[in-house]
Amino acid sequence: MISVEELGCRFRVRRKEFVDALKDVSFVVGEGELVALLGPNGAGKSTTLRVLTGLVPPSSGRASVAGTDVVADPTGVRRRIGFVGQGNGAAHEQRVDDELHAQGRAYGLPRSDVRATVAELVGLLDLGDLLTRPVRSLSGGQRRRVDIALGLVPRPPVLFLDEPTTGLDPHHRARLWEHIDGLRRTFNTTILLTTHYLEEADEHAERVLVIDHGRVIADDTSARLKREHVGHRVSMDFDGPEQAALAAKAVEEAAGTREVTVVGRTVNLRADGGDTVVPPLLAALEAQGTGARRLVLAEPTLNDVFLELTGRSLREGDQYHREREAAA
Amino acid sequence: MTSPTKEPRPVKPLSDIATITVRELRPILRGPLFLVVSLIQPLVFLGLFGPLLLGSVDEAVFGPGGALQWFVPGIMVMISLVGTSTMGSNLLTEVQTGAHERLLVTPLTRGSLIIGRALKEFAPLVVQALVIILVAMPFGFSPDPLGSVLGVLLLGVLGIGLGALSYALAIAVRHQEWAFWGIQQTLLFPVLILSGILLPVDSGPDWLAAVAAFNPLTYVVEAERALFAGEVLTARVGWGALAALLVAALGLYVGVRSVRRSPV
Repeated sequence: MISVEELGCRFRVRRKEFVDALKDVSFVVGEGELVALLGPNGAGKSTTLRVLTGLVPPSSGRASVAGTDVVADPTGVRRRIGFVGQGNGAAHEQRVDDELHAQGRAYGLPRSDVRATVAELVGLLDLGDLLTRPVRSLSGGQRRRVDIALGLVPRPPVLFLDEPTTGLDPHHRARLWEHIDGLRRTFNTTILLTTHYLEEADEHAERVLVIDHGRVIADDTSARLKREHVGHRVSMDFDGPEQAALAAKAVEEAAGTREVTVVGRTVNLRADGGDTVVPPLLAALEAQGTGARRLVLAEPTLNDVFLELTGRSLREGDQYHREREAAA
Repeated sequence: MTSPTKEPRPVKPLSDIATITVRELRPILRGPLFLVVSLIQPLVFLGLFGPLLLGSVDEAVFGPGGALQWFVPGIMVMISLVGTSTMGSNLLTEVQTGAHERLLVTPLTRGSLIIGRALKEFAPLVVQALVIILVAMPFGFSPDPLGSVLGVLLLGVLGIGLGALSYALAIAVRHQEWAFWGIQQTLLFPVLILSGILLPVDSGPDWLAAVAAFNPLTYVVEAERALFAGEVLTARVGWGALAALLVAALGLYVGVRSVRRSPV
């Protein structure tokens, strides 16, 4: 449904000064697939969506959506897609219901269809009390819900969502995900989304694309990425520093372990597939007389994958999360 | 649940334009306060500048109908100029908040986003012009009925062109809001003064009258005065209509070009 080949996108930032937002991006999204595009700020996630939705022309490479080339027939692409951007899709001077109906007309949908779809979205996103209010009077989260409703009005075969859940409270995030899952079940909608909530990508996306410095650096299922790039984090406590040092030596020699460090009487390491590596390791340590007193086995997260791949934490590089954490 | 749009519809530029025009008119219908506020400035000119003009310029300059007959049609062109030339700021706000981007991703043709907006200028101008006529009539303004209808239509055509130019300016400077206001204000007063709306250009030096001859608004103002005085099929009206149509055509061309060319 979405095919991207060696896509490049260059912007002029000043006279004779250019930035390559995309250098070489290639990927494919199959029909009915949900793929999450992850990456630090400025990695090229939004630019990728903007090229695919016809907002920005690519400088090189090719891209097609629903079998239609984005450069040759941008209007053809726009008839087949829905889009929720990062900005406020609903104009501040408009009333919520007016914008929703104008959106339906923009897609040339029959009035009765628009009314039915709007009624359904209003129920889903709790917009009932907001319908006759001007958009400027809504809170940030309420506006976001309207933006999402606008993107869903056309019921398109392909949906692009640029950080759809940013700014939503947990209740509405969950409701939105229920709806997205429902769209996929009912209509087999193909979805490409960016998100800063890695757990969303982990839970809902069939595949994760990690993009950094304008290139795709990983493209796989979340489970495989975690297994291949990180493995489990293991932390073991011993009786004292000497035992820990002895144990660390044995750990380093064991198969499937890496990044072994000793801090006081604690040994930290990563195990590729902790469930198979750790039990024999514990037995070996017990046998040589340096048995572990305490063991913590942590499942890898997508953030670990991210750290491993980019050398940066997604959360560190992300002002939104910094602010959220500071507030918490 | 309704089914997703499977077979895409063909492009329908006219219905696209109508979609945008209706969308733009909605907030005005919902809250006509905007119309009331936009009438204050022309009414101030009519009420405060009018008497001053009357007292300081020889009555003979204004022709047979007197000062009011000369001044009121000019004020109507002034609403068209002052009101519609600021309309780009609405688009600028939508560019900055993201609403324009949302519309760019819909199947609406790019051109309809400008043409639909520009056509909407017609409606409020007609309402404003009618209010000004009604306000001025008790003070001795006596408009020709047929001429008034044509005059108001002409005003609407001019407004479409000026509105489109304002939208084009908004697209061109979309990342610097100050530039929009700087350019709009810088252009507004020379165009206003050189159109003979406020004071007769003939009473100035020759060079000023020569420059004014290149201002399309000069002809529109002249035509409005002729129309309200009862002239219909005269050269003055013809030149004014031509000037208004040229402004409309130029405005729409530049506006459509700007929205087609600019990625957000």
